[in-house]
Amino acid sequence: MRYIRDSLVQVFGYKISRPGKDRQSPEVRAIYEGKKGKLSKADVEAVRHAHKGTFLNKWQKRRWATLILVNLLFVASFYYDVQLVEGSLTGARVIGFHFADLNAALQIALAYKHIVLNLVIGTVTVFLMWLLLGGRTFCSWVCPYHLLSEWGEYLHLWLVKKKFIKNHTFSRKVRSVFYVIFALLALLTGYTVFETISPTGILSRALIYGPGIALVWVGLLLLFEVFYSRRAWCRYVCPIGVTYGMVGVFSPVRVKYNAEACHHEGDCRKACLVPHVLDLTIRGGAVDVNQDVTSDCTRCGMCVDVCPTDSLTYEIKGLSKMLK
Amino acid sequence: MKGNIEMREKKPADEQRKRPLTPKRKQQSRREFLRATALTAGVVGVSLLGFVPVMQGNALRLRPPGALKTPEDEQQFFAACIKCGQCVQVCPVEAIELADLPDGFGIGLPYIDAREQACDFSCDGLQCVLACPTGALTHDLDYPADTRMGFARLARPKACLAMQGKGFKGQARGPDYKGLLRYEEIDRWTPIPVSEHPYDLAICDLCVRQCPIEIRIIQCEAAASEKRRQQVDRVAQKVGNECPPKHAITLAPVDLGDGIQRMKPIVQEGCVGCGVCEMICPVESAAILVDLDENADTVKGG
Repeated sequence: MRYIRDSLVQVFGYKISRPGKDRQSPEVRAIYEGKKGKLSKADVEAVRHAHKGTFLNKWQKRRWATLILVNLLFVASFYYDVQLVEGSLTGARVIGFHFADLNAALQIALAYKHIVLNLVIGTVTVFLMWLLLGGRTFCSWVCPYHLLSEWGEYLHLWLVKKKFIKNHTFSRKVRSVFYVIFALLALLTGYTVFETISPTGILSRALIYGPGIALVWVGLLLLFEVFYSRRAWCRYVCPIGVTYGMVGVFSPVRVKYNAEACHHEGDCRKACLVPHVLDLTIRGGAVDVNQDVTSDCTRCGMCVDVCPTDSLTYEIKGLSKMLK
Repeated sequence: MKGNIEMREKKPADEQRKRPLTPKRKQQSRREFLRATALTAGVVGVSLLGFVPVMQGNALRLRPPGALKTPEDEQQFFAACIKCGQCVQVCPVEAIELADLPDGFGIGLPYIDAREQACDFSCDGLQCVLACPTGALTHDLDYPADTRMGFARLARPKACLAMQGKGFKGQARGPDYKGLLRYEEIDRWTPIPVSEHPYDLAICDLCVRQCPIEIRIIQCEAAASEKRRQQVDRVAQKVGNECPPKHAITLAPVDLGDGIQRMKPIVQEGCVGCGVCEMICPVESAAILVDLDENADTVKGG
């Protein structure tokens, strides 16, 4: 119950306040107490250094490969006319089965005000798929804009490090505002307004059907992210993330945090696309020894890769226990 | 449920407030709020720019068969289309393209540039309609003759070769033209480039000769006369339903009193607006065009 509540609170851009001592379990309190004065800076640095991997980490490698493969499947299916994955990311037919992007289907339902059977089938299929795989998993494992944005992020971080630019943050609540506005616009104007500017749809179509002028808009978004605000579209605007964030609330695929070995040095939060979901890794931030990261997490695995103490791991609720 | 969340959330937040926000934090959150407001205005503003081409009518285009639209209003089609391009993928002559950003809200919507490549119904089964996952290409129509894409019009009668009494010899659109048509007498299943099918006509009748509706009518008539001879069974008679009930375009002699034998293409009530006449017309630019503000039904009504 608390997981669902916390997830929705974060998906809609609100903050989860730090748990008071009375809300924390005695076990986790004991861990926090035990760490007091134990961690010298040199120790932490040594562990960090030993953990430091190559440029491409394990999960990042797998994720990039998956993202590229999924998008290539669309491209190759059309190019070689093999009819494996027809359509694009907004709506597809996978070996003949309808798939519809949940947010695109929602926009259409609001604008068109009719429900079409094929769309219901496609939407339910995709809903169940992401229910199993983790909602916002779509963002980091499938969305083509995510990959471009991730590359832009490296440039952004380098520029910030060199002090050429400063990062600007926004109030995260603006996400909910966008979500409501785009829903209302679809409902009131009868046009799927968000689809006009959605870089996910634009890029997917550009990959499959050839590039167009719309890529200029995607380029502008990238420039905005590189020079002004880190990952701004994914963090503050995109309603697709909110839709999948809600689906992910019920998903068994999560990132699990274990407070025991954590150094609280915050490497995970620096790597994270949505660092507010990792607030529980701040000292005193967890309620229990083991706690799941909320569904606003895109399950990208950057924190899993970067954590020097293996305090963050992937888990499949129910299944992980059985495997042990 | 939602009220519940807020109530539970409030308690610890109050606890936190005991520590007052530093002026720096206060300023930070004020800036974040202002930036968020500007971002909202910016992004929503940009997205609403998509209205402009729609209002100006610049997003109005020849749509694939079955598009949910009236000649004046495409709003339903815009609303229902999921912009996936599955119709593009199934078209055997690759007539369908997806619109780009200058179409505003019409971005990603399928359209047909008839002069480049018209829909010649060579899929026979309205594949694009079958492929559409949302019904934006409505499944209500069964046969090409049910389509209402637009309505052809002899826009430049003086340019028309038949009107000048001229014939046509050679490749209809020149050697470099990429467009495809299906010629059933050559290959029933595969459309071939128009450039590979030169004509030699005493009087140019390309718009009538290549009209998919007219071709179908000829086939139906041939089948009917065959049937009369052979008494074919009932199943075959039923297939006859897909025969277009009305002619789409015919040639009629015109006499201007100068002794030249002229013919005029006359668009009939059965025209569906597929654009093949516009595509095949050998003069530059085409003498016959497909109008979007009319279709067989509105023509009948008016």
